[in-house]
Amino acid sequence: MLVIALLVVGLVFFTGGGVGILRFPDFFTRLHPAGKLDTLGSLLMMLAVAIYNLEHFSWEALLTSLKIMLIVLFIFLSSPTATHSIVDAGIRAGMVPWRKETPEEKAE
Amino acid sequence: MVNREQHEASSQPMGHESGGTTAGQRRGLRNVPACLLTFAILFCLWILLSGRFDAFHLTLGVISCIMVTLFSVDLVFPEGSLQGIGGTWLRFLGYVPWLLYQIILANLHVLYLVFHPRMMDLIEPEIIRFQSKLHSDLSLVTFANSITLTPGTITVYVSVDGDFQVHAIDKKSGEALPGEMEARIARVFGEQ
Repeated sequence: MLVIALLVVGLVFFTGGGVGILRFPDFFTRLHPAGKLDTLGSLLMMLAVAIYNLEHFSWEALLTSLKIMLIVLFIFLSSPTATHSIVDAGIRAGMVPWRKETPEEKAE
Repeated sequence: MVNREQHEASSQPMGHESGGTTAGQRRGLRNVPACLLTFAILFCLWILLSGRFDAFHLTLGVISCIMVTLFSVDLVFPEGSLQGIGGTWLRFLGYVPWLLYQIILANLHVLYLVFHPRMMDLIEPEIIRFQSKLHSDLSLVTFANSITLTPGTITVYVSVDGDFQVHAIDKKSGEALPGEMEARIARVFGEQ
């Protein structure tokens, strides 16, 4: 049950990430869902897989589950770093972040 | 090669910080407790990843862990001392649950934004600049990564002296910075 719940919630976050990439207006805002909803989504899904793997307990299964949790750890280290470097590359390439029109600009 | 390095080291003014650290790294090999701890961490990782407990694999593990320890003990403990490391790690472990809680809260916020039909009215992207009070490299990196992990904000640029530029997706996400997260990281790394 717990496994199913975790998988479904993780799926919701991944879906949100995908939809967010499509819906947000520019490069920088699109990275927000891409870099972060995926991180939490993968945490939940990996947790689900690790727990499912432990259903019939054995030391080898425990080792495998620990390895799965190591994957999560490295995702948590690398994902923000990667997001940051993509943003940095965008800034260096001279992209201007999208901004909402102020009321004065709308009036013009 | 060695001669040139010595020459460069001696040409630096006395008390210069980078000169001090290279000298410390040279001495790092003789730092026994740090070596032992690095070896223990690496060997745990070896056992975890190999999953075999017969003599052949364990011997291979011991040999390769000793080699990697010799290579990398300077990277794991740049100061070359164990003083304060344990406390920092314990406090860092205390910081992780709070960070996870924040990540979940903020993920829900971004999820709400993503599926909101009038998303364009709600978001208001902006680049915020602020000056952080943190000093050490490690705490700055932790802070920058924590900012990026907390949805709504991405670290765009960090300078060595703590000048942050953060891309925030709406007003609410941006207002929280630097705030509590910085204070907590300062406590973890003992920079009150």
